[in-house]
Amino acid sequence: MQFKSQAVAKPYFIAAIGLFVGQILFGLILGLQYVIGDFLFPAIPFNVARMVHTNLLIVWLLFGFMGGAYYMIPEESETELFSPKLALAMFWIFLVAGALTIVGYLTVPYATLAHMTGNNIVETMGREFLEQPLITKVGIVIVALAFLFNITMTVLKGKKTSISTVLLIGLWGLAVFFLFAFYNPVNVVLDKFFWWWTVHLWVEGVWELILGAFLAFVLIKTTGVDREVIEKWLYVIVTLTLISGIIGTGHHYFWIGTPEYWQWWGSIFSALEPIPFFGMTVFAFNMVNRRRREHPNKAAVLWALGTGVMAFLGAGVWGFLHTLAPVNYYTHGTQITAAHGHMAFYGAYAMVNLMMISYAMPILRGRAANSNKSQVLEMWSFWLMTVSIVFITLFLTAAGILQVWLQRASDAPLPFMVAQDKIALFYWMREWTGVVFLIGLLMYIASFFVGGEEKEAA
Amino acid sequence: MSGAFTKSMARNIFYGGTVFFFLLFLALSFDTHSQLPKRDMRANITPQVAMGKKLWEEYNCIGCHTLMGEGAYFAPELGNVVVRYGEEGVKAFIKARPKEGIPGRRSMPQFNFTDEQLDAIAAFLKHVNSINDANWPPNDQG
Repeated sequence: MQFKSQAVAKPYFIAAIGLFVGQILFGLILGLQYVIGDFLFPAIPFNVARMVHTNLLIVWLLFGFMGGAYYMIPEESETELFSPKLALAMFWIFLVAGALTIVGYLTVPYATLAHMTGNNIVETMGREFLEQPLITKVGIVIVALAFLFNITMTVLKGKKTSISTVLLIGLWGLAVFFLFAFYNPVNVVLDKFFWWWTVHLWVEGVWELILGAFLAFVLIKTTGVDREVIEKWLYVIVTLTLISGIIGTGHHYFWIGTPEYWQWWGSIFSALEPIPFFGMTVFAFNMVNRRRREHPNKAAVLWALGTGVMAFLGAGVWGFLHTLAPVNYYTHGTQITAAHGHMAFYGAYAMVNLMMISYAMPILRGRAANSNKSQVLEMWSFWLMTVSIVFITLFLTAAGILQVWLQRASDAPLPFMVAQDKIALFYWMREWTGVVFLIGLLMYIASFFVGGEEKEAA
Repeated sequence: MSGAFTKSMARNIFYGGTVFFFLLFLALSFDTHSQLPKRDMRANITPQVAMGKKLWEEYNCIGCHTLMGEGAYFAPELGNVVVRYGEEGVKAFIKARPKEGIPGRRSMPQFNFTDEQLDAIAAFLKHVNSINDANWPPNDQG
C-alpha cells in the first residue's frame, strides 16, 4: 500500500464481513419463521430477529464505508491519515457498542432494554431501522463525528480530488441526516415524515454518493482510465442521484397522512431514480472497456461491474416497479417492498463494500492481487450470492404479486394470514435460496485463506 | 460525453442542481406542514394516545406489523385494525396471546399489559385510523 496509515482499514473490513455473516444467519431464521411461525418462539420472536438482521446490515455497511474511506482517502489526498490512532480507537468503540446492542436485543426484552437505556429521557426507540437504544445512537454520532473529523482533516492537509469531495459530501450527509433519528414527535404523521429524512435520504441520497465515489476510485485504479473522464462521470451520476432522489422522498408520502400532491411529486421524481443507477452500470462497463491496463485483481473488477448492474436492477428497476402512486396504492407494505429491499441493499451497498474490500484487502496484505486460485473461489462466491439474491427477489416478487391479488385487489379480499398461508411455497423457495446465499458467503470468506502464487505488490 | 462538456461544468451542475432541488424539497415540506393539522388529527392526540404511541414503540410492534403500510410484513396492518376488530376486539386479542405461542403458527408474544396500557394502545390505533391517509389501505383487510 502507498501509505502506512491505510492499514487501519483492515480491522474495519474484517468486522464488516463478520457482521455480514451474522446478518445472513438471522435472515435465515426470519425466513424460516415465515413458514414455521413458532420457530424459536418465544426465545427469539420475529421482531427481535428482524432488528438483529437489519441493524447488523446497517452496522456492517457503515464499517465497510468507514474502512473504505480510511483506505481511499490517504491515497486520494496523497498523505497519511490525520490520526490512525483515533481511527483504531473508534473501531473498537463502534464494535463494542454494536456488539452490546445486539446482545441487548437478544437477551433483554425490548421494553426492558428501553427503560434501562434512557428511552424515558429522549424517546427514540421502536421505529423501524432506528431501534437502537439512545446510548447506542449517541455512540454512533460520536464515532461518526470522530471519523468525519479524521477524514476531513486528512483531505484538508492533502490533495483535494473530486472523488474525495463527493465522498465527503456523502459522509457528512450521512451524519447530518442521522440526527433526525433523535426527533420523534408524538404526532405519528410528523414522526413518519421526518423518519424518512434519515432512512430515504440515506439510501436514496447521500449513500449513493459514497457508492459513486468508491466505484470511481476502484475504476481509476483497476482500469487506468484518465481521472478527468471518471470524475466527470461521477459528477453527472451524483447530480442525477440528488435531482431525482431528494424530491423522490415523496414516494414515501403517499399514504401516511401527507397531502395528495406528493403522489405526483413522488411518482414523477422517483420514476427518475433508476437513471443515475443506469448511469452507474454504463459507467462501470464503459470504463472497463476503455481500460488501459490489465489489473491482476479480476475479482475486484467483477464486483465493480456487478454492483453497477445489481444496483440498477435492485434499486432502479425493482424500485420503479412499485413507485408510481396508483401501483403503490396496492403494493405498499407487501412482499413487493421486501423484494425490492433485498436486491437494492445487496446490489448497491453490500456489493460496493465487497468491491472495495476485494480491491483493498490484497494490497493491505502486501500483494497487488490474490492468487488465481483464491480469485476463482471469490468469483464463485460472487456468482452464488448474486444469483441467490436474484432468485430471492423473484420469489418475493411472486409472493408479493399473489399477496396483492389475494388481499388487496380481488373482489373478495382475504385476511392477511389466510393470504400468507396460500403463498408459503414462495417463502420456502426463498429460504432455500437463502441457504445457497450463505454457502456463497462462506466460500467468499474461504477465499481469503486460499494460498497459491500471488502477484507482488505493485 | 464530448470534450465540450468539462468536469467543472459537471461539478457546477451538481452543486446548483442539488441546492435547487433541496430548496424545492424544503418548500414542499413547509407547505405540507401548513396543511397537516387538517389531516393528522393532532387535536385528538390526548395523553392516552401519546402513551399508546410510546407503548407501540417500546414493544417494537413495527418489528412484525405495518402501520399505514410501513414496518415489517410478517403480521397484519394495524393502521385500520380497529375497523376489523373494534377497540374491544383489539384489546381482547392482545390479552389472549398464549405465552408459549401457537404451535406451528406465527405467534405474537404475551406482553402482560395492564388494562390502562391496553386502553392506551387501542386509543393510539384508533387515532391512527382517523388520520386522512388518502384512503389507504384499499380495503379493510389492510
